Amino acid sequence: MFSSFMINTWIAATAIAFVAAFVGFFVVARRSAFAAHALPLGAFPGAAAANLLGVNPLIGLLVFVGMGVLLLRQLVRMGRRDVGTGLLLVLFLGVGALLLSMTSEYAPAVFSLLFGEVLGVSGADLWPILGICALVVVGIVLYFRPLLLDSTFPDLAALQGIRASRMDLVFLTLLALVAAMALPVVGAFLVFTLLVGPPAAAQALSGNPMRVLALSVIFAEGCIWSAIALSYWTNWPIGFFVGTIGAGLFTVARSYRHWNQRQRNFVAL
Amino acid sequence: MLLGNSSFFSSEPVQTALIVGTCAALVSAVIGVFTILRGNAFAGHALADVSSAGGAASFLLGINPLLGFLGMAWIAAFGMEFLGVRKVRERDLATGIVLGAGLGLSALFLYLDVTTTSTTGAAVSVMFGSMFAIPQSLIGPALVASAGVLLLVGLLYRPMMLTAVEPDLAAARGISLRWIGLLQLLALGLAVAVCALAIGAVLATALLIGPAGAAIRLSRRPAQAICWAIAIGLTAVWGGIWMAYESYYWFSGNAWPVSFFVVTLVFLFYLAAVLVAKVAGLSARPKSVIWPHCEV
Repeated sequence: MFSSFMINTWIAATAIAFVAAFVGFFVVARRSAFAAHALPLGAFPGAAAANLLGVNPLIGLLVFVGMGVLLLRQLVRMGRRDVGTGLLLVLFLGVGALLLSMTSEYAPAVFSLLFGEVLGVSGADLWPILGICALVVVGIVLYFRPLLLDSTFPDLAALQGIRASRMDLVFLTLLALVAAMALPVVGAFLVFTLLVGPPAAAQALSGNPMRVLALSVIFAEGCIWSAIALSYWTNWPIGFFVGTIGAGLFTVARSYRHWNQRQRNFVAL
Repeated sequence: MLLGNSSFFSSEPVQTALIVGTCAALVSAVIGVFTILRGNAFAGHALADVSSAGGAASFLLGINPLLGFLGMAWIAAFGMEFLGVRKVRERDLATGIVLGAGLGLSALFLYLDVTTTSTTGAAVSVMFGSMFAIPQSLIGPALVASAGVLLLVGLLYRPMMLTAVEPDLAAARGISLRWIGLLQLLALGLAVAVCALAIGAVLATALLIGPAGAAIRLSRRPAQAICWAIAIGLTAVWGGIWMAYESYYWFSGNAWPVSFFVVTLVFLFYLAAVLVAKVAGLSARPKSVIWPHCEV
């Protein structure tokens, strides 16, 4: 499991889960699960296009996810947010279906792009992934306070001169970068579980932002590590484990909070 | 492709595709208007995505794929109801969690499909649809499911619309929001199953929210919006099927997928509707007068 061809995956996954926890914290705070679901799927045809043109898949992913962010902002400006997000998602997936129908390696390629592949990281991919992770960390450090304020108290943020549309762009860009990186490992469909599950579970357990962030990182790393290990042993798709572990974490955290509140109410009585 | 040289309407796969596609466009347009008015587009999309796990399982168990899609969509609907989609603050997260778990299951079932049976194309046909490959035996079940949706909406039209547009007023009139919400989710599950069969589970959202989203921009009354949504949905599906059929000749024997054309047409219709609404000044009116409850 820790042989040389798996080392790249372990390093990349650890870095991805770390930044995913931070970006996911904002996904949960901004209630943007739909956008977090749509952007990775918007990146998905990029991999197919790169496959067709014979360029590095990461470039294709970044190009398409960038177009996704721009188009999403335009669509959201035109109408309802959820309708715009949904239409962006199906448009890009439709294009992805078309591009995949043109390649010869149809079914297996689709499957690993959509549901993840433990061996999705080659040695050449590792450095770009770590570079982008560093970029995301810098972005979060630079914008942490305004983003947090805009996500939790938008009115107060506006009073302080923080522009909501700019924060939205910053948030979507960070989200897009994480989506493009995580896609080859976790799969287009399950990237967002990694983004939503651990922070949502953390948020159910604590109200303090710093504690929530720390818990999100722990949960995200635990989630991806166990998913990779289980996927390696069983040979089942990694997406299945990320999805079910993410949902399990959330359910357990919610039940714990529920139970805790009951206990407290009981003591108060 | 096995379409051969026979003309468009006499080809058997095309006939089946037209019937199932028409059902899908019709029911998704009707239920889509309610879904968008209630701000449930994400939930609708999630149901469709999760239904893919049922589609994948049906390959595995050898049962009717429509039943598979439907069963999983209903399970997801109850799951979301249980986790609290009704509270607006919790809705986004609860939907996301159910969606993640469902897609995870779908990953597993599709993997098992590929390894235990010889259906290598399962992932593609469940996710992205293959309209010209729908077996004729599924026409009957698709018609029954569609009739079920239309019957439910027809019987509950007034309380459903009132709940979608003015939930407080509906509650004051003694309408049980919970029951209406649940029945609507059941109808949504039926519609999603038919759509998933036609253009694939993850693309079903296109028919569900595209035509309805465009229609709401174009009209001032709910009934009018439903008519517009039906017209747009049917045009997109019929146009998509025809273009995919013809694309066999356009691209010298490489037919493009039907789902791609349908989705692209839906998207273009949405853009056109937004433009028309702007030019005609529909959106210049205070939206609250037209659609009271919804922020646009």
